[in-house]
Amino acid sequence: MGPVSAAETEVGGVDDPVIHTRALTKRYRGGQLAVDALDLSVPAGSVFGFLGPNGSGKTTTIRMLMGLIEPTSGAARLLGHPMPRAARTVLPQVGALIEGPALYGFLSGRDNLLRYDAADPTADPRTRRARVAAALQRVGLTAAAGKKARAYSLGMKQRLGLASALLQPRRLLVLDEPTNGLDPQGMREIRALIRELAADGTTVFLSSHLLDEIEQVCSHAAVMAQGRLVVQGPVAELAARARGRLVVTTPDTSEAARVLKEQGVADVVVTEEQVSGEPPEREPAELNAALVASGVRVRGFGVERASLEDAFVALTGEGFDVAG
Amino acid sequence: MSRADALPAEGSHAGRTPGPLWSLGLFRSELVITLRRWRTLALLGVLAVVPVLVGIAVKIETRGGSSVGHRGGDGPAFISQVTNNGLFLVFAALAATLPFFLPMAVGVIAGDSIAGEANAGTLRYLLVAPAGRTRLLLAKYTTTLVFCLLAALVVAVSALAVGALLFPLGDLTTISGTRISLADGLGRALLIALVVAASLVGVAALGLFVSTLTGSGIAAMATTVGLLITVQILDQIPQLDALGPYFFSHYWLSFADLMRDPVQWDDLQRNLGLQALYAAVFGSAAWARFAGKDITA
Repeated sequence: MGPVSAAETEVGGVDDPVIHTRALTKRYRGGQLAVDALDLSVPAGSVFGFLGPNGSGKTTTIRMLMGLIEPTSGAARLLGHPMPRAARTVLPQVGALIEGPALYGFLSGRDNLLRYDAADPTADPRTRRARVAAALQRVGLTAAAGKKARAYSLGMKQRLGLASALLQPRRLLVLDEPTNGLDPQGMREIRALIRELAADGTTVFLSSHLLDEIEQVCSHAAVMAQGRLVVQGPVAELAARARGRLVVTTPDTSEAARVLKEQGVADVVVTEEQVSGEPPEREPAELNAALVASGVRVRGFGVERASLEDAFVALTGEGFDVAG
Repeated sequence: MSRADALPAEGSHAGRTPGPLWSLGLFRSELVITLRRWRTLALLGVLAVVPVLVGIAVKIETRGGSSVGHRGGDGPAFISQVTNNGLFLVFAALAATLPFFLPMAVGVIAGDSIAGEANAGTLRYLLVAPAGRTRLLLAKYTTTLVFCLLAALVVAVSALAVGALLFPLGDLTTISGTRISLADGLGRALLIALVVAASLVGVAALGLFVSTLTGSGIAAMATTVGLLITVQILDQIPQLDALGPYFFSHYWLSFADLMRDPVQWDDLQRNLGLQALYAAVFGSAAWARFAGKDITA
């Protein structure tokens, strides 16, 4: 393992996006447009959440990024190199978990990793056993390493898949639903691992349907719907886009609802002791003054911060499957 | 999950240069994995049992001093000689397994090669490792060829052991009527096993090609074995004589010519040439198909 030449590290520069696509499009042979003119930009060092309902083109995008599927048109660059042309130079620096783990059931967990490591021509066979042992340790599978993979639980398989992405130091990790099948404790461990990897400078591209997961670990996010990119940016900005809801706590709910409608509040919902709605583009204090002037006894008045889920629903117009 | 055990320090992330021999790691891994599959061992086991059955059958039939192969049909080539010399069981067993058992075993291994990985989903992880499509295909084909050799040797060695156990060994008479020493005979047996292995090169390439067409290992295996049977039937139809020389099985039994004195090379050469042609055509087709294929499994 010689020293890395300056030219190689400088390719693309440190601040250039780690993943960059331009009008990336995939139309399957049946004519179905899976990904439509996608312009994605994943900044170096980010933990990038990739969101979208099922069938929105997330997996097709990931497969194009990893060189498994040829784009119909457009271009994708990974670590500054064009894909799939530069697969041989780029992919050794990329760890991936794509659509769940796939294992050789008749091999032990350790032998599965040895197999995948042998497939990488840049992996040094002299350090193979040590690297496999370290990867197993990192995902907490050391004790089960000798067991046949077919006897693994879904969670253990998921961990082994993650371990195969960690066989080498990586500049980018592409993780498709990494906490799928894990119990809450396992999820926490994997999220901690992801933060740890990100702290080491690895860019993590994380697709997930768990919005709280994205909110917990991601610095950036992109939302896809029906093959198109709806929005991308820092998570804080995305959440800020969805306007918060005005919530008034009062015993005089019907009177409060009438006043709020008069003042231009849309989508007014009355529940026991509470009236909520979408605030108009005005100073909220004016609304409060109007309520008090009409004799409404206001016990609480405020705007609730929107969650990423609200942002997501607002952006895609679809509900989202949020697992507890 | 401990942070203390970080991956071994490798300096930086980027720019690992592969060692010149590291590429062979995939081939070695492929070979080991193929031989660790229960299915492979079962196939080799069946191939090892065939000479035992043939040997025992001949022994029982000739117990009264009568000779085999003169009542009813002729049976496989060389079988009438087995009682005189156990070494002939090697030739008889290879002649008995070459039309079906051997190519079927090869068809299973070759058909499963890519399709089986696609079926299990492991193909996508091999490709993002990145194994490289051409490199993976070469590793798969080379492994299948090693299996061809192994399968032919298993039949030959098992037959030699059974032959030596049940029948006398000694100088033998060639098809041309001349006598050759046992050592010479053993040499020719080895050569015949190699030629039989080489006869399977075409089926292996065909199976590999079929394997790149589908995502189901079972479908690929069944298709390959089906093609094998179809071709052998077509080769028997007199009206299709003109096509005969292009069927991969047409010259298979030419290995018997190695037991002539002097050896007649014409059909042997045609056989090897035909196998090379199949390997080139279907190997290229497999590559063309696999290199540009969308991996959605």
